[in-house]
Amino acid sequence: MNESTAARPRALDAVAAASSESRRRAARRAESLFGAVVRTAAFAAILVIVLIFVFVGREALPLLWQDATPGHESETVTWSSLAGPTTYPDRPPRHVWQPVSTVPKYNLAPLVVGTLKTTLVAILFAGPLAVLAAILTSEFAPRWVSQVVKPTIELLAGIPSVVLGFFALMVLATWLQQILGVRYRLNALTAGIGLGIAVIPIIYTVAEDALAAVPRSYREASYALGASRWETAVRIVVPAALPGIFAGLALGFGRAVGETMIVLMASGNAALTTWPLTDSVRTLSATIAAELGEVVFGGPHYRVLFLLGVLLFLFTFAVNLAGELTVRRLRERLGGRA
Amino acid sequence: MDAGAEATPVKVSARDLDVFYGATQALHGITLDARANRVTALIGPSGCGKSTFLRSINRMNDLIAGMRRQGTILLDGRDIHDPDVDVVDLRRRVGMVFQRSNPFPKSIYENVAYGPRIHGVSDRTTLDEIVRTTLEQAALWDEVKDRLGASALSLSGGQQQRLCIARALAVEPEVLLMDEPASALDPLATARIEELIHELKERYTILIVTHNMQQAARVSDTTAYFYMGRLVEMGPTAQIFTNPSKQETEDYITGRFG
Repeated sequence: MNESTAARPRALDAVAAASSESRRRAARRAESLFGAVVRTAAFAAILVIVLIFVFVGREALPLLWQDATPGHESETVTWSSLAGPTTYPDRPPRHVWQPVSTVPKYNLAPLVVGTLKTTLVAILFAGPLAVLAAILTSEFAPRWVSQVVKPTIELLAGIPSVVLGFFALMVLATWLQQILGVRYRLNALTAGIGLGIAVIPIIYTVAEDALAAVPRSYREASYALGASRWETAVRIVVPAALPGIFAGLALGFGRAVGETMIVLMASGNAALTTWPLTDSVRTLSATIAAELGEVVFGGPHYRVLFLLGVLLFLFTFAVNLAGELTVRRLRERLGGRA
Repeated sequence: MDAGAEATPVKVSARDLDVFYGATQALHGITLDARANRVTALIGPSGCGKSTFLRSINRMNDLIAGMRRQGTILLDGRDIHDPDVDVVDLRRRVGMVFQRSNPFPKSIYENVAYGPRIHGVSDRTTLDEIVRTTLEQAALWDEVKDRLGASALSLSGGQQQRLCIARALAVEPEVLLMDEPASALDPLATARIEELIHELKERYTILIVTHNMQQAARVSDTTAYFYMGRLVEMGPTAQIFTNPSKQETEDYITGRFG
Protein backbone atom coordinates (compact mmCIF):
# COMPACT_ATOMS: atom_id res chain seq x y z
CA MET A 1 0.00 0.00 0.00
CA ASN A 2 1.47 3.33 -0.98
CA GLU A 3 1.02 6.65 0.74
CA SER A 4 -1.75 8.06 -1.38
CA THR A 5 -4.02 5.12 -0.66
CA ALA A 6 -3.33 5.40 3.01
CA ALA A 7 -4.22 9.09 3.00
CA ARG A 8 -7.57 8.43 1.33
CA PRO A 9 -10.66 9.34 3.34
CA ARG A 10 -12.12 6.36 5.11
CA ALA A 11 -15.44 6.66 3.26
CA LEU A 12 -13.70 5.79 0.01
CA ASP A 13 -12.27 2.65 1.60
CA ALA A 14 -15.84 1.68 2.35
CA VAL A 15 -16.67 2.00 -1.35
CA ALA A 16 -13.72 -0.17 -2.26
CA ALA A 17 -14.67 -2.77 0.32
CA ALA A 18 -18.28 -2.81 -0.77
CA SER A 19 -17.37 -3.34 -4.38
CA SER A 20 -16.10 -6.81 -3.63
CA GLU A 21 -15.84 -9.49 -6.27
CA SER A 22 -19.09 -11.22 -5.28
CA ARG A 23 -21.07 -8.02 -5.30
CA ARG A 24 -19.80 -7.08 -8.68
CA ARG A 25 -20.70 -10.50 -9.99
CA ALA A 26 -24.24 -10.09 -8.61
CA ALA A 27 -24.51 -6.70 -10.23
CA ARG A 28 -23.41 -8.16 -13.55
CA ARG A 29 -26.01 -10.91 -13.26
CA ALA A 30 -28.75 -8.39 -12.53
CA GLU A 31 -27.55 -6.38 -15.51
CA SER A 32 -27.74 -9.28 -17.92
CA LEU A 33 -31.10 -10.41 -16.49
CA PHE A 34 -32.48 -6.93 -17.04
CA GLY A 35 -31.14 -6.92 -20.58
CA ALA A 36 -32.80 -10.26 -21.28
CA VAL A 37 -36.16 -9.02 -19.96
CA VAL A 38 -36.03 -5.90 -22.13
CA ARG A 39 -35.01 -7.90 -25.18
CA THR A 40 -37.80 -10.40 -24.64
CA ALA A 41 -40.39 -7.67 -24.28
CA ALA A 42 -39.21 -5.95 -27.44
CA PHE A 43 -39.21 -9.15 -29.46
CA ALA A 44 -42.61 -10.14 -28.08
CA ALA A 45 -44.05 -6.87 -29.38
CA ILE A 46 -42.59 -7.48 -32.82
CA LEU A 47 -43.70 -11.11 -32.74
CA VAL A 48 -47.30 -10.12 -31.99
CA ILE A 49 -47.38 -7.84 -35.02
CA VAL A 50 -45.85 -10.47 -37.27
CA LEU A 51 -48.30 -13.09 -36.00
CA ILE A 52 -51.29 -10.85 -36.62
CA PHE A 53 -50.10 -10.35 -40.14
CA VAL A 54 -49.48 -14.08 -40.61
CA PHE A 55 -52.92 -15.10 -39.34
CA VAL A 56 -54.78 -12.47 -41.31
CA GLY A 57 -52.75 -13.41 -44.39
CA ARG A 58 -53.39 -17.12 -43.84
CA GLU A 59 -57.12 -16.60 -44.04
CA ALA A 60 -56.79 -14.56 -47.23
CA LEU A 61 -54.15 -16.53 -49.09
CA PRO A 62 -56.21 -19.58 -50.14
CA LEU A 63 -57.89 -17.19 -52.59
CA LEU A 64 -54.79 -17.57 -54.69
CA TRP A 65 -54.83 -21.32 -55.26
CA GLN A 66 -58.39 -22.34 -54.76
CA ASP A 67 -59.95 -24.11 -57.73
CA ALA A 68 -63.30 -23.22 -59.05
CA THR A 69 -65.93 -25.48 -57.56
CA PRO A 70 -67.70 -27.10 -60.49
CA GLY A 71 -70.99 -25.30 -61.04
CA HIS A 72 -69.89 -22.29 -59.01
CA GLU A 73 -67.29 -20.82 -61.37
CA SER A 74 -68.89 -17.40 -61.17
CA GLU A 75 -68.28 -17.28 -57.43
CA THR A 76 -64.58 -17.82 -57.82
CA VAL A 77 -62.47 -14.83 -56.97
CA THR A 78 -59.69 -14.03 -59.42
CA TRP A 79 -57.16 -11.21 -59.43
CA SER A 80 -58.88 -9.66 -62.40
CA SER A 81 -62.24 -9.72 -60.65
CA LEU A 82 -60.66 -8.02 -57.63
CA ALA A 83 -59.03 -5.29 -59.63
CA GLY A 84 -60.88 -4.99 -62.93
CA PRO A 85 -64.36 -3.65 -63.61
CA THR A 86 -67.38 -5.85 -63.94
CA THR A 87 -68.68 -6.00 -67.49
CA TYR A 88 -72.33 -5.98 -68.42
CA PRO A 89 -74.03 -6.79 -71.69
CA ASP A 90 -76.29 -3.74 -71.57
CA ARG A 91 -74.32 -1.18 -69.51
CA PRO A 92 -70.79 0.22 -69.49
CA PRO A 93 -68.38 -1.71 -67.25
CA ARG A 94 -68.24 -0.59 -63.63
CA HIS A 95 -66.22 -1.29 -60.50
CA VAL A 96 -68.63 -3.03 -58.21
CA TRP A 97 -68.52 -4.37 -54.67
CA GLN A 98 -71.60 -6.55 -54.28
CA PRO A 99 -70.54 -9.52 -52.16
CA VAL A 100 -74.05 -10.83 -51.49
CA SER A 101 -75.71 -10.74 -54.87
CA THR A 102 -76.49 -13.90 -56.86
CA VAL A 103 -73.30 -13.26 -58.71
CA PRO A 104 -71.03 -11.84 -56.01
CA LYS A 105 -68.76 -9.06 -57.20
CA TYR A 106 -65.63 -8.43 -55.18
CA ASN A 107 -64.08 -5.45 -56.85
CA LEU A 108 -61.77 -3.63 -54.44
CA ALA A 109 -61.61 -0.30 -56.26
CA PRO A 110 -64.66 1.29 -54.58
CA LEU A 111 -63.33 0.42 -51.14
CA VAL A 112 -59.82 1.68 -51.84
CA VAL A 113 -61.19 4.87 -53.36
CA GLY A 114 -63.55 5.29 -50.42
CA THR A 115 -60.73 4.85 -47.92
CA LEU A 116 -58.47 7.30 -49.74
CA LYS A 117 -61.21 9.89 -50.00
CA THR A 118 -62.13 9.89 -46.32
CA THR A 119 -58.50 9.75 -45.25
CA LEU A 120 -57.56 12.62 -47.53
CA VAL A 121 -60.39 14.77 -46.19
CA ALA A 122 -59.39 13.88 -42.63
CA ILE A 123 -55.75 14.85 -43.15
CA LEU A 124 -56.58 18.01 -45.09
CA PHE A 125 -58.94 19.00 -42.31
CA ALA A 126 -56.95 17.92 -39.27
CA GLY A 127 -53.39 18.54 -40.49
CA PRO A 128 -53.47 22.34 -40.85
CA LEU A 129 -55.68 22.78 -37.78
CA ALA A 130 -53.50 20.61 -35.56
CA VAL A 131 -50.18 21.99 -36.80
CA LEU A 132 -51.35 25.61 -36.54
CA ALA A 133 -52.72 24.95 -33.05
CA ALA A 134 -49.36 23.45 -32.08
CA ILE A 135 -47.50 26.48 -33.45
CA LEU A 136 -49.90 28.78 -31.65
CA THR A 137 -49.56 27.13 -28.25
CA SER A 138 -45.81 26.67 -28.44
CA GLU A 139 -44.83 30.00 -30.01
CA PHE A 140 -47.44 32.69 -29.63
CA ALA A 141 -50.13 32.11 -27.05
CA PRO A 142 -49.64 33.43 -23.53
CA ARG A 143 -48.83 30.75 -21.02
CA TRP A 144 -52.31 30.42 -19.57
CA VAL A 145 -53.88 29.94 -23.02
CA SER A 146 -51.47 27.11 -23.79
CA GLN A 147 -52.20 25.58 -20.44
CA VAL A 148 -55.89 25.45 -21.32
CA VAL A 149 -55.67 24.57 -25.01
CA LYS A 150 -53.08 21.81 -24.74
CA PRO A 151 -54.84 19.51 -22.27
CA THR A 152 -58.18 20.18 -23.97
CA ILE A 153 -56.93 18.97 -27.33
CA GLU A 154 -55.22 16.04 -25.70
CA LEU A 155 -58.51 15.21 -23.99
CA LEU A 156 -60.05 14.91 -27.45
CA ALA A 157 -57.94 11.78 -27.90
CA GLY A 158 -59.85 10.17 -25.05
CA ILE A 159 -63.29 10.49 -26.66
CA PRO A 160 -64.45 7.05 -27.85
CA SER A 161 -64.68 6.95 -31.62
CA VAL A 162 -68.26 5.76 -31.44
CA VAL A 163 -69.13 9.06 -29.77
CA LEU A 164 -67.34 10.99 -32.50
CA GLY A 165 -69.17 8.86 -35.05
CA PHE A 166 -72.46 9.68 -33.43
CA PHE A 167 -71.58 13.37 -33.47
CA ALA A 168 -70.65 13.18 -37.16
CA LEU A 169 -73.80 11.23 -37.97
CA MET A 170 -76.26 13.44 -36.11
CA VAL A 171 -74.79 16.93 -35.93
CA LEU A 172 -72.01 17.33 -38.45
CA ALA A 173 -73.95 15.71 -41.28
CA THR A 174 -76.86 18.09 -40.74
CA TRP A 175 -74.63 21.15 -40.63
CA LEU A 176 -72.79 20.15 -43.77
CA GLN A 177 -76.02 19.44 -45.57
CA GLN A 178 -77.39 22.85 -44.61
CA ILE A 179 -74.21 24.68 -45.56
CA LEU A 180 -73.36 22.86 -48.77
CA GLY A 181 -76.83 21.78 -49.78
CA VAL A 182 -75.68 18.27 -50.65
CA ARG A 183 -78.11 15.48 -51.47
CA TYR A 184 -76.77 12.79 -49.17
CA ARG A 185 -76.05 13.67 -45.56
CA LEU A 186 -73.62 10.81 -45.10
CA ASN A 187 -70.71 11.11 -47.45
CA ALA A 188 -66.92 11.18 -47.68
CA LEU A 189 -66.80 14.77 -46.44
CA THR A 190 -68.86 14.10 -43.32
CA ALA A 191 -66.95 10.97 -42.47
CA GLY A 192 -63.61 12.63 -43.28
CA ILE A 193 -64.23 15.58 -40.98
CA GLY A 194 -65.42 13.22 -38.26
CA LEU A 195 -62.22 11.25 -38.76
CA GLY A 196 -60.26 14.48 -38.71
CA ILE A 197 -61.57 15.29 -35.24
CA ALA A 198 -60.24 11.93 -34.08
CA VAL A 199 -56.87 12.58 -35.72
CA ILE A 200 -56.30 16.17 -34.52
CA PRO A 201 -55.00 15.24 -31.06
CA ILE A 202 -52.50 12.77 -32.53
CA ILE A 203 -50.98 15.26 -34.94
CA TYR A 204 -51.18 18.08 -32.41
CA THR A 205 -49.43 16.21 -29.63
CA VAL A 206 -46.54 15.04 -31.78
CA ALA A 207 -46.14 18.41 -33.51
CA GLU A 208 -46.28 20.28 -30.21
CA ASP A 209 -43.56 18.10 -28.73
CA ALA A 210 -41.42 18.66 -31.81
CA LEU A 211 -41.81 22.45 -31.59
CA ALA A 212 -41.14 22.49 -27.87
CA ALA A 213 -37.97 20.48 -28.46
CA VAL A 214 -36.46 23.16 -30.71
CA PRO A 215 -33.59 24.58 -28.66
CA ARG A 216 -34.15 27.98 -27.07
CA SER A 217 -30.80 29.03 -28.46
CA TYR A 218 -32.19 29.04 -32.01
CA ARG A 219 -34.95 31.40 -30.97
CA GLU A 220 -32.53 33.64 -29.10
CA ALA A 221 -30.16 33.81 -32.05
CA SER A 222 -33.03 34.80 -34.30
CA TYR A 223 -34.38 37.46 -31.92
CA ALA A 224 -30.87 38.82 -31.46
CA LEU A 225 -30.67 39.43 -35.20
CA GLY A 226 -33.80 41.54 -34.98
CA ALA A 227 -36.31 38.95 -36.13
CA SER A 228 -39.89 39.20 -34.94
CA ARG A 229 -41.81 36.38 -33.30
CA TRP A 230 -43.46 35.51 -36.59
CA GLU A 231 -40.24 35.46 -38.55
CA THR A 232 -38.61 33.35 -35.89
CA ALA A 233 -41.50 30.89 -35.78
CA VAL A 234 -41.91 30.57 -39.53
CA ARG A 235 -38.29 30.62 -40.63
CA ILE A 236 -36.45 28.99 -37.75
CA VAL A 237 -38.64 27.07 -35.32
CA VAL A 238 -41.03 25.37 -37.72
CA PRO A 239 -38.31 24.24 -40.18
CA ALA A 240 -36.28 22.88 -37.28
CA ALA A 241 -39.32 20.97 -36.02
CA LEU A 242 -40.31 19.73 -39.46
CA PRO A 243 -39.26 16.10 -38.97
CA GLY A 244 -41.46 15.86 -35.88
CA ILE A 245 -44.38 17.64 -37.52
CA PHE A 246 -44.11 15.26 -40.44
CA ALA A 247 -44.01 12.26 -38.13
CA GLY A 248 -47.23 13.52 -36.55
CA LEU A 249 -48.91 13.78 -39.94
CA ALA A 250 -47.83 10.24 -40.88
CA LEU A 251 -49.12 8.91 -37.57
CA GLY A 252 -52.42 10.72 -38.09
CA PHE A 253 -52.68 9.33 -41.60
CA GLY A 254 -52.18 5.80 -40.31
CA ARG A 255 -54.88 6.27 -37.70
CA ALA A 256 -57.28 7.75 -40.26
CA VAL A 257 -56.80 4.82 -42.64
CA GLY A 258 -57.53 2.24 -39.97
CA GLU A 259 -60.22 4.04 -37.98
CA THR A 260 -63.47 2.13 -38.34
CA MET A 261 -66.36 3.25 -36.19
CA ILE A 262 -66.58 6.85 -37.37
CA VAL A 263 -66.58 5.95 -41.06
CA LEU A 264 -68.94 3.06 -40.49
CA MET A 265 -71.44 5.45 -38.96
CA ALA A 266 -70.98 8.56 -41.06
CA SER A 267 -69.81 7.60 -44.53
CA GLY A 268 -73.09 6.23 -45.92
CA ASN A 269 -71.38 2.91 -46.73
CA ALA A 270 -72.29 2.94 -50.42
CA ALA A 271 -69.45 1.40 -52.40
CA LEU A 272 -69.21 4.03 -55.11
CA THR A 273 -66.16 4.69 -57.25
CA THR A 274 -66.66 8.38 -57.92
CA TRP A 275 -64.66 11.56 -57.51
CA PRO A 276 -67.01 13.95 -55.69
CA LEU A 277 -66.39 14.13 -51.95
CA THR A 278 -70.08 14.61 -51.37
CA ASP A 279 -70.90 11.09 -52.57
CA SER A 280 -71.31 8.32 -50.07
CA VAL A 281 -68.36 5.97 -49.71
CA ARG A 282 -67.50 2.65 -48.16
CA THR A 283 -64.05 2.16 -46.66
CA LEU A 284 -61.93 -0.97 -46.24
CA SER A 285 -62.21 -0.89 -42.47
CA ALA A 286 -65.97 -0.27 -42.37
CA THR A 287 -66.52 -3.10 -44.87
CA ILE A 288 -64.72 -5.57 -42.66
CA ALA A 289 -66.62 -4.43 -39.59
CA ALA A 290 -69.99 -4.52 -41.30
CA GLU A 291 -69.67 -7.80 -43.18
CA LEU A 292 -67.38 -10.14 -41.31
CA GLY A 293 -70.12 -11.16 -38.87
CA GLU A 294 -72.33 -12.51 -41.63
CA VAL A 295 -70.10 -14.41 -43.99
CA VAL A 296 -69.77 -18.12 -44.60
CA PHE A 297 -66.73 -19.28 -42.71
CA GLY A 298 -63.96 -20.10 -45.18
CA GLY A 299 -65.98 -18.94 -48.17
CA PRO A 300 -64.73 -16.54 -50.85
CA HIS A 301 -66.40 -13.54 -49.21
CA TYR A 302 -64.74 -14.44 -45.93
CA ARG A 303 -61.37 -14.71 -47.64
CA VAL A 304 -61.79 -11.42 -49.48
CA LEU A 305 -62.57 -9.65 -46.22
CA PHE A 306 -59.31 -10.94 -44.81
CA LEU A 307 -57.62 -9.76 -47.95
CA LEU A 308 -58.99 -6.30 -47.13
CA GLY A 309 -57.35 -6.69 -43.74
CA VAL A 310 -54.03 -7.51 -45.38
CA LEU A 311 -54.45 -4.51 -47.65
CA LEU A 312 -55.19 -2.24 -44.71
CA PHE A 313 -52.17 -3.60 -42.92
CA LEU A 314 -49.88 -3.04 -45.89
CA PHE A 315 -51.36 0.42 -46.40
CA THR A 316 -50.62 1.63 -42.90
CA PHE A 317 -47.26 -0.07 -43.00
CA ALA A 318 -46.35 1.70 -46.24
CA VAL A 319 -47.50 5.07 -44.91
CA ASN A 320 -45.54 4.68 -41.71
CA LEU A 321 -42.47 3.50 -43.57
CA ALA A 322 -42.65 6.41 -46.00
CA GLY A 323 -43.15 8.77 -43.08
CA GLU A 324 -40.21 7.30 -41.20
CA LEU A 325 -37.92 7.55 -44.22
CA THR A 326 -38.95 11.14 -44.89
CA VAL A 327 -38.39 12.08 -41.28
CA ARG A 328 -34.96 10.49 -41.36
CA ARG A 329 -34.01 12.32 -44.53
CA LEU A 330 -35.21 15.65 -43.17
CA ARG A 331 -33.31 15.05 -39.96
CA GLU A 332 -30.14 14.26 -41.84
CA ARG A 333 -30.48 17.37 -43.93
CA LEU A 334 -30.89 19.50 -40.81
CA GLY A 335 -28.43 17.59 -38.72
CA GLY A 336 -25.17 18.22 -40.50
CA ARG A 337 -24.57 15.01 -42.40
CA ALA A 338 -25.50 16.82 -45.59
CA MET B 1 -2.62 47.56 -26.09
CA ASP B 2 -2.79 51.09 -24.74
CA ALA B 3 -5.15 52.12 -27.47
CA GLY B 4 -7.67 52.37 -24.66
CA ALA B 5 -5.89 55.39 -23.33
CA GLU B 6 -6.86 57.71 -26.15
CA ALA B 7 -10.52 58.60 -25.97
CA THR B 8 -12.95 57.67 -28.67
CA PRO B 9 -16.62 58.71 -28.51
CA VAL B 10 -18.83 56.90 -26.01
CA LYS B 11 -21.00 54.42 -27.89
CA VAL B 12 -22.92 52.57 -25.20
CA SER B 13 -23.63 54.16 -21.91
CA ALA B 14 -25.56 52.76 -18.95
CA ARG B 15 -27.02 55.13 -16.40
CA ASP B 16 -28.05 53.84 -12.95
CA LEU B 17 -29.33 50.62 -14.44
CA ASP B 18 -31.26 48.34 -12.09
CA VAL B 19 -32.60 45.02 -13.34
CA PHE B 20 -34.91 42.75 -11.39
CA TYR B 21 -35.98 39.20 -12.12
CA GLY B 22 -39.16 38.92 -10.11
CA ALA B 23 -38.17 39.77 -6.55
CA THR B 24 -34.42 39.37 -6.98
CA GLN B 25 -32.37 42.32 -8.06
CA ALA B 26 -29.75 41.26 -10.59
CA LEU B 27 -28.17 44.64 -11.27
CA HIS B 28 -27.69 47.52 -8.86
CA GLY B 29 -27.26 50.98 -10.35
CA ILE B 30 -24.79 50.17 -13.10
CA THR B 31 -23.23 53.23 -14.67
CA LEU B 32 -20.74 52.39 -17.35
CA ASP B 33 -19.46 53.79 -20.64
CA ALA B 34 -18.21 51.69 -23.53
CA ARG B 35 -16.23 53.57 -26.14
CA ALA B 36 -16.44 53.14 -29.88
CA ASN B 37 -13.86 50.87 -31.52
CA ARG B 38 -12.73 49.58 -28.17
CA VAL B 39 -13.13 46.24 -26.52
CA THR B 40 -14.71 46.42 -23.10
CA ALA B 41 -14.38 43.26 -21.04
CA LEU B 42 -16.89 42.44 -18.31
CA ILE B 43 -15.42 40.13 -15.70
CA GLY B 44 -16.58 38.75 -12.40
CA PRO B 45 -17.66 35.53 -10.73
CA SER B 46 -20.67 33.56 -11.95
CA GLY B 47 -23.99 35.18 -11.20
CA CYS B 48 -22.47 38.65 -10.78
CA GLY B 49 -24.77 40.18 -13.38
CA LYS B 50 -22.34 40.68 -16.26
CA SER B 51 -24.41 38.60 -18.68
CA THR B 52 -27.59 40.31 -17.53
CA PHE B 53 -25.94 43.63 -18.25
CA LEU B 54 -24.85 42.47 -21.69
CA ARG B 55 -28.33 41.24 -22.52
CA SER B 56 -29.82 44.54 -21.41
CA ILE B 57 -27.96 46.38 -24.16
CA ASN B 58 -29.91 44.69 -26.98
CA ARG B 59 -32.99 44.26 -24.79
CA MET B 60 -32.85 40.47 -24.96
CA ASN B 61 -33.94 40.54 -21.32
CA ASP B 62 -37.31 41.85 -22.48
CA LEU B 63 -38.07 38.27 -23.49
CA ILE B 64 -37.81 37.06 -19.91
CA ALA B 65 -41.11 37.05 -18.04
CA GLY B 66 -40.97 38.97 -14.78
CA MET B 67 -38.05 41.20 -15.79
CA ARG B 68 -38.23 44.75 -14.51
CA ARG B 69 -35.84 47.62 -15.13
CA GLN B 70 -35.00 51.06 -13.79
CA GLY B 71 -32.47 53.49 -15.14
CA THR B 72 -31.47 53.43 -18.73
CA ILE B 73 -28.99 52.64 -21.47
CA LEU B 74 -28.00 55.09 -24.16
CA LEU B 75 -26.80 54.10 -27.60
CA ASP B 76 -25.11 57.05 -29.32
CA GLY B 77 -26.73 59.22 -26.67
CA ARG B 78 -30.23 57.93 -27.36
CA ASP B 79 -32.30 56.04 -24.83
CA ILE B 80 -32.85 52.51 -26.14
CA HIS B 81 -36.07 52.28 -24.14
CA ASP B 82 -37.52 55.32 -25.85
CA PRO B 83 -41.03 54.45 -27.09
CA ASP B 84 -40.11 55.27 -30.67
CA VAL B 85 -37.01 53.06 -30.66
CA ASP B 86 -37.80 49.94 -32.61
CA VAL B 87 -36.46 46.80 -30.91
CA VAL B 88 -35.93 45.20 -34.30
CA ASP B 89 -33.74 48.11 -35.37
CA LEU B 90 -31.94 48.15 -32.01
CA ARG B 91 -31.07 44.48 -32.33
CA ARG B 92 -29.86 45.03 -35.85
CA ARG B 93 -27.50 47.74 -34.60
CA VAL B 94 -26.43 45.73 -31.57
CA GLY B 95 -25.40 42.23 -32.59
CA MET B 96 -24.85 39.34 -30.21
CA VAL B 97 -22.71 36.24 -30.08
CA PHE B 98 -23.70 33.62 -27.54
CA GLN B 99 -21.72 31.41 -25.22
CA ARG B 100 -22.62 28.18 -26.95
CA SER B 101 -22.39 28.47 -30.68
CA ASN B 102 -25.95 28.26 -31.95
CA PRO B 103 -26.02 28.14 -35.76
CA PHE B 104 -29.43 27.42 -37.23
CA PRO B 105 -29.93 23.94 -38.66
CA LYS B 106 -29.60 25.38 -42.14
CA SER B 107 -26.80 25.66 -44.65
CA ILE B 108 -23.77 27.83 -43.96
CA TYR B 109 -24.97 30.29 -46.57
CA GLU B 110 -28.49 30.48 -45.16
CA ASN B 111 -27.17 31.07 -41.66
CA VAL B 112 -25.37 34.22 -42.74
CA ALA B 113 -28.10 35.32 -45.14
CA TYR B 114 -30.85 34.96 -42.54
CA GLY B 115 -30.30 38.35 -40.92
CA PRO B 116 -30.14 40.36 -44.16
CA ARG B 117 -33.17 38.49 -45.45
CA ILE B 118 -35.39 39.33 -42.50
CA HIS B 119 -34.32 42.95 -42.87
CA GLY B 120 -35.52 42.94 -46.45
CA VAL B 121 -32.54 42.04 -48.63
CA SER B 122 -33.68 39.56 -51.24
CA ASP B 123 -31.39 40.28 -54.18
CA ARG B 124 -29.23 37.24 -54.73
CA THR B 125 -26.03 39.01 -55.76
CA THR B 126 -26.25 41.36 -52.78
CA LEU B 127 -26.76 38.40 -50.47
CA ASP B 128 -23.84 36.56 -52.06
CA GLU B 129 -21.70 39.63 -51.48
CA ILE B 130 -22.78 39.96 -47.83
CA VAL B 131 -22.17 36.28 -47.17
CA ARG B 132 -18.72 36.47 -48.70
CA THR B 133 -17.54 39.63 -46.96
CA THR B 134 -18.86 38.70 -43.54
CA LEU B 135 -17.41 35.21 -43.72
CA GLU B 136 -14.11 36.83 -44.68
CA GLN B 137 -14.38 39.20 -41.75
CA ALA B 138 -15.03 36.27 -39.47
CA ALA B 139 -11.95 34.51 -40.90
CA LEU B 140 -14.03 31.57 -42.05
CA TRP B 141 -14.32 32.14 -45.79
CA ASP B 142 -11.31 30.12 -46.86
CA GLU B 143 -12.46 27.12 -44.86
CA VAL B 144 -16.04 27.04 -46.13
CA LYS B 145 -16.08 28.74 -49.52
CA ASP B 146 -16.39 25.42 -51.34
CA ARG B 147 -19.25 24.11 -49.24
CA LEU B 148 -21.55 27.03 -48.50
CA GLY B 149 -24.51 24.75 -49.08
CA ALA B 150 -23.41 22.27 -46.40
CA SER B 151 -25.22 22.19 -43.08
CA ALA B 152 -23.80 24.60 -40.53
CA LEU B 153 -23.94 21.82 -37.98
CA SER B 154 -21.27 19.92 -39.91
CA LEU B 155 -18.68 22.54 -38.90
CA SER B 156 -16.37 22.15 -35.91
CA GLY B 157 -17.15 24.00 -32.69
CA GLY B 158 -14.72 26.81 -33.41
CA GLN B 159 -15.94 27.18 -36.97
CA GLN B 160 -19.53 27.25 -35.76
CA GLN B 161 -18.72 30.09 -33.39
CA ARG B 162 -17.02 32.07 -36.17
CA LEU B 163 -20.08 31.40 -38.32
CA CYS B 164 -22.22 32.87 -35.54
CA ILE B 165 -19.98 35.92 -35.54
CA ALA B 166 -20.34 36.21 -39.32
CA ARG B 167 -24.10 35.86 -38.92
CA ALA B 168 -24.13 38.69 -36.39
CA LEU B 169 -21.97 40.87 -38.65
CA ALA B 170 -24.19 40.30 -41.67
CA VAL B 171 -26.78 42.82 -40.49
CA GLU B 172 -24.07 45.51 -40.20
CA PRO B 173 -24.26 46.10 -36.48
CA GLU B 174 -22.39 48.91 -34.76
CA VAL B 175 -21.98 47.17 -31.44
CA LEU B 176 -21.09 43.53 -30.91
CA LEU B 177 -22.00 41.82 -27.65
CA MET B 178 -20.10 38.62 -26.93
CA ASP B 179 -21.21 36.40 -24.07
CA GLU B 180 -18.24 34.16 -23.27
CA PRO B 181 -17.76 33.46 -26.96
CA ALA B 182 -14.81 31.12 -26.47
CA SER B 183 -15.70 29.30 -23.27
CA ALA B 184 -16.75 26.11 -25.07
CA LEU B 185 -13.78 26.06 -27.43
CA ASP B 186 -10.33 24.50 -27.36
CA PRO B 187 -7.25 26.75 -26.98
CA LEU B 188 -6.53 26.93 -30.72
CA ALA B 189 -10.07 27.91 -31.63
CA THR B 190 -10.03 30.38 -28.74
CA ALA B 191 -6.89 31.98 -30.12
CA ARG B 192 -8.56 32.44 -33.48
CA ILE B 193 -11.59 34.08 -31.91
CA GLU B 194 -9.38 36.43 -29.90
CA GLU B 195 -7.42 37.34 -33.01
CA LEU B 196 -10.71 38.01 -34.69
CA ILE B 197 -11.87 40.29 -31.88
CA HIS B 198 -8.71 42.30 -32.38
CA GLU B 199 -9.49 42.79 -36.05
CA LEU B 200 -13.17 43.48 -35.50
CA LYS B 201 -12.65 46.36 -33.13
CA GLU B 202 -11.44 48.47 -36.04
CA ARG B 203 -15.05 48.60 -37.12
CA TYR B 204 -17.19 47.73 -34.14
CA THR B 205 -17.69 48.55 -30.52
CA ILE B 206 -17.25 45.30 -28.64
CA LEU B 207 -18.41 44.28 -25.19
CA ILE B 208 -17.28 40.86 -24.10
CA VAL B 209 -18.17 38.82 -21.05
CA THR B 210 -15.46 36.38 -20.08
CA HIS B 211 -14.49 34.10 -17.22
CA ASN B 212 -10.98 33.84 -18.50
CA MET B 213 -8.74 36.48 -16.93
CA GLN B 214 -5.98 36.02 -19.48
CA GLN B 215 -8.49 36.44 -22.24
CA ALA B 216 -9.77 39.69 -20.78
CA ALA B 217 -6.19 40.90 -20.42
CA ARG B 218 -5.33 39.92 -23.99
CA VAL B 219 -8.30 41.25 -25.92
CA SER B 220 -9.73 44.20 -24.05
CA ASP B 221 -8.86 47.87 -23.75
CA THR B 222 -11.11 48.52 -20.80
CA THR B 223 -12.12 46.10 -18.09
CA ALA B 224 -15.13 46.28 -15.80
CA TYR B 225 -15.27 44.10 -12.71
CA PHE B 226 -18.75 43.08 -11.57
CA TYR B 227 -19.58 41.54 -8.23
CA MET B 228 -23.01 40.69 -6.82
CA GLY B 229 -24.81 42.82 -9.39
CA ARG B 230 -22.67 45.91 -8.80
CA LEU B 231 -19.94 47.45 -10.88
CA VAL B 232 -17.00 47.36 -8.50
CA GLU B 233 -14.32 48.92 -10.63
CA MET B 234 -13.72 49.91 -14.21
CA GLY B 235 -10.63 51.20 -15.94
CA PRO B 236 -8.00 50.61 -18.61
CA THR B 237 -7.28 46.90 -18.76
CA ALA B 238 -3.56 47.31 -18.08
CA GLN B 239 -4.30 49.23 -14.92
CA ILE B 240 -7.02 46.85 -13.67
CA PHE B 241 -4.74 43.88 -14.08
CA THR B 242 -1.56 45.40 -12.70
CA ASN B 243 -2.73 47.94 -10.22
CA PRO B 244 -6.42 47.72 -9.34
CA SER B 245 -7.63 50.35 -6.95
CA LYS B 246 -9.98 48.05 -5.04
CA GLN B 247 -8.89 45.12 -2.94
CA GLU B 248 -11.87 43.01 -4.12
CA THR B 249 -10.81 43.39 -7.72
CA GLU B 250 -7.27 42.35 -6.92
CA ASP B 251 -8.51 39.31 -4.98
CA TYR B 252 -10.60 38.17 -7.91
CA ILE B 253 -7.96 38.77 -10.56
CA THR B 254 -5.22 37.06 -8.64
CA GLY B 255 -7.53 34.09 -8.18
CA ARG B 256 -7.97 34.34 -4.45
CA PHE B 257 -11.68 33.75 -4.96
CA GLY B 258 -14.18 33.32 -7.77
